[in-house]
Amino acid sequence: MILTNLKPTKEKINTFLPLGSIFVIFAFLDVLTNTFLNQNITGFLPQTLSYIAPLLLGYIGFYLIRIEFSGIKFLDKLNKNINSSNFNAFLTLLILFIIIKAISPLMNWLILEANFAGSSKDDCTGNGACWVFIKVWFNRLMYGLYPDVEQWRVNSAFILLFALVGIAFFVPQKIKKYFIIFLLFVYPFIGIKLLSGGSFGLVYVETAAWGGLSLTFIISAFAILFCFPIGVLLALGRRSSLPAIRYISIGFIELWRGVPLITVLFMAAVMFPMFLPDGTFIDKLIRVLIAITLFEAAYMAEVVRGGLQALPKGQYEAAKSLGMGYWRMNVLIILPQALKLVIPGIANTLLALVKDTPLIFVVGLMELAGMIGLAKTNPKWLGMAMEGYVFAGLVFWIICYAMSRYSQNLEKKLSTER
Amino acid sequence: MNLKKINIENKKIRDLIPQVLTVLALISVIFYFATNAQINMGNRGISFGFGFLSQEASFDIAFSLIEFDGSYSYGRAFLVGLLNTILVSIIGIFLATILGVIVGVARLSNNYLIAKTAEWYVEIFRNIPLILQIFFWYFAALRALPSPENAINFYDVSYLTIKGWYIPKFVWINFDIFCYSIIIALISIYFFNRYAKKQREEYGKILPTFTLSLGILISIPLLSFLLLGVSLSFNYPELKQLSETSYTYEKGVSIIPELIALALALSMYTATFIAENVRAGVIGVSKGQKEAAASIGLNKSQILKLVVMPQALRIIIPPTTNQYLNLTKNSSLAAAIAYPDMVLVFAKTALMQTGRAIEIISITMLTYLSLSISISILMNWYNKKMAIKEK
Repeated sequence: MILTNLKPTKEKINTFLPLGSIFVIFAFLDVLTNTFLNQNITGFLPQTLSYIAPLLLGYIGFYLIRIEFSGIKFLDKLNKNINSSNFNAFLTLLILFIIIKAISPLMNWLILEANFAGSSKDDCTGNGACWVFIKVWFNRLMYGLYPDVEQWRVNSAFILLFALVGIAFFVPQKIKKYFIIFLLFVYPFIGIKLLSGGSFGLVYVETAAWGGLSLTFIISAFAILFCFPIGVLLALGRRSSLPAIRYISIGFIELWRGVPLITVLFMAAVMFPMFLPDGTFIDKLIRVLIAITLFEAAYMAEVVRGGLQALPKGQYEAAKSLGMGYWRMNVLIILPQALKLVIPGIANTLLALVKDTPLIFVVGLMELAGMIGLAKTNPKWLGMAMEGYVFAGLVFWIICYAMSRYSQNLEKKLSTER
Repeated sequence: MNLKKINIENKKIRDLIPQVLTVLALISVIFYFATNAQINMGNRGISFGFGFLSQEASFDIAFSLIEFDGSYSYGRAFLVGLLNTILVSIIGIFLATILGVIVGVARLSNNYLIAKTAEWYVEIFRNIPLILQIFFWYFAALRALPSPENAINFYDVSYLTIKGWYIPKFVWINFDIFCYSIIIALISIYFFNRYAKKQREEYGKILPTFTLSLGILISIPLLSFLLLGVSLSFNYPELKQLSETSYTYEKGVSIIPELIALALALSMYTATFIAENVRAGVIGVSKGQKEAAASIGLNKSQILKLVVMPQALRIIIPPTTNQYLNLTKNSSLAAAIAYPDMVLVFAKTALMQTGRAIEIISITMLTYLSLSISISILMNWYNKKMAIKEK
């Protein structure tokens, strides 16, 4: 009898809704004052009870306002989304309280008590993060050990790249083709020449001095450029009807996919020089680039193979019946369709490639993560690991999140077209 | 007739030429590399061979599951590294699976907050390079832990400090009998489940399989404690002063911070991928299946157990195994924070000492490769077995 009276129904909404709201508001008030004002308004209760009081109060409150078909739009939406059952109400409260509890120290550390102004570690007096560290080292984090006066070369190489890509989007279809050819086959040489110098009056900068975020971009760009065609060839090889080519492709793909990148990089750094004639020297950056390219090409090949397998047999037969040869059939009929099918997979592989670039520190090349490692061991800046890695994590997160979002959009766009 | 024959021969020749050319190119490249390697090694006065594996290693390893010091051989060092790799992989896989399933299920929750939190967990941890996460845990988060004398105390049983996590040591008597008892329990569970399945399929009797299996798993090892003289006691870690300012814990087992950082980062990173697999698997079971199951009178837990899970697992398991494999391969990042795994011990330290780049890198890569290939063979077998048999 009492229990049925306690069940919240629409008839008694006028009693239950205010009562429940009071409970919920009180629960949140307790947590908020506790976190931000250091006042425990349930302090008169025994310690354990006071600790779980907001959970308990909120739970009761949520129970009381769980009125089905109340007719109030906001309440119905609330109940449906975060308060559909006792268990859900409990989880909702738990998550909200954890967020409230966590947000205050996080904000304090990140912004409120952090130091932004200054030029040395002594300027960091607050309890929060010392963003001065990032500010002072920013140049190094972006350009590595590239000489300060020559950094305009890195900038202009990237600005040129972005400008070309930007223009390529807008120019008419006819010229676009030449633009893309220029981007793929001519620009890389211009970029490399600009960065390394040695002629045209530019000072030579050895690749060991390259580093920071710009190196991440350089390696990603070149690896993407080269791993794509190699991956497509390997995928075609794996689907080939010629046994020798098929088995070589399978062996090659499985070899790279079976080992961790770090051992491949070690191989490029210490084992590969042994395979070259005595006295020949290949730059370490190039060796690493070859290693990453081959490694990612194997993954790319598997993605492309997925697309090739998904195409109906009729496409092959139709192309053959038109008298097309192997290459014409693949380039004109099969690949355009297959690649379109696997754009999300390709994007994921490229994303993995970008996320793999920090690994090059194992062979002594320092991109963003490596430079942070260097900066945090500087005697003047000890104890700055947290700031450094939070910053690096944020930078990589923005890059990778943007990429994954872009690929998701692309996927959606293509799926509506079909 | 004649024309056709020529055509076939033409095709054969046309097919043969590229194959022969590729094989020849491959052989010549390998031959070129091999000769160069031979000349280079000759110049440095070393000859190719694996004899160095039995030489004395003369370096120490900070963390080892088996006995090891400088007087053991390089082969033994390799084994130590391999075991450490396997250890961190198993811990990582275990944690990643639990976390991944929780997050994956949470993403499907009808509670908006839960689903959003899980989604943001995935978006954040998936898009930060693993190596940065390892660095963050090792260099930033774990370095903020207190020194041993101010350790975070868990009920006087284990202590979390900047030097690692100290837990009680298990002291077994007749451990082998205990192991046998577990094996016996597992075997009897297997036979019991077969019996239960037969009962269900032939007579329609449903036995409480799960409860009984759990009972067997607990009772047989328990019997070994009571009757066969197995016993277990704990050595709790104790604080000990080394000098005026330096303290440490003794008697317990120390889990080094490198292992904690690596296991945490690996499992949190891999969990995001497992969560996505779990989500895809559950979504992949069509609504009609659940409705059909409900319409023949199965209750909610039966629907989940007998209809949804078997189909969802078929979608979840193959990509998840791939993730386990990735986790194992990613554990090689240990080299970055000096956790003594196979890459650090063997491909770095041992290589530096012996200078045998070709042998050591090939052994390391082959070990990973054989691990990967054996798991993918197992996976292919499993997929074939589990594939829906269409008529």
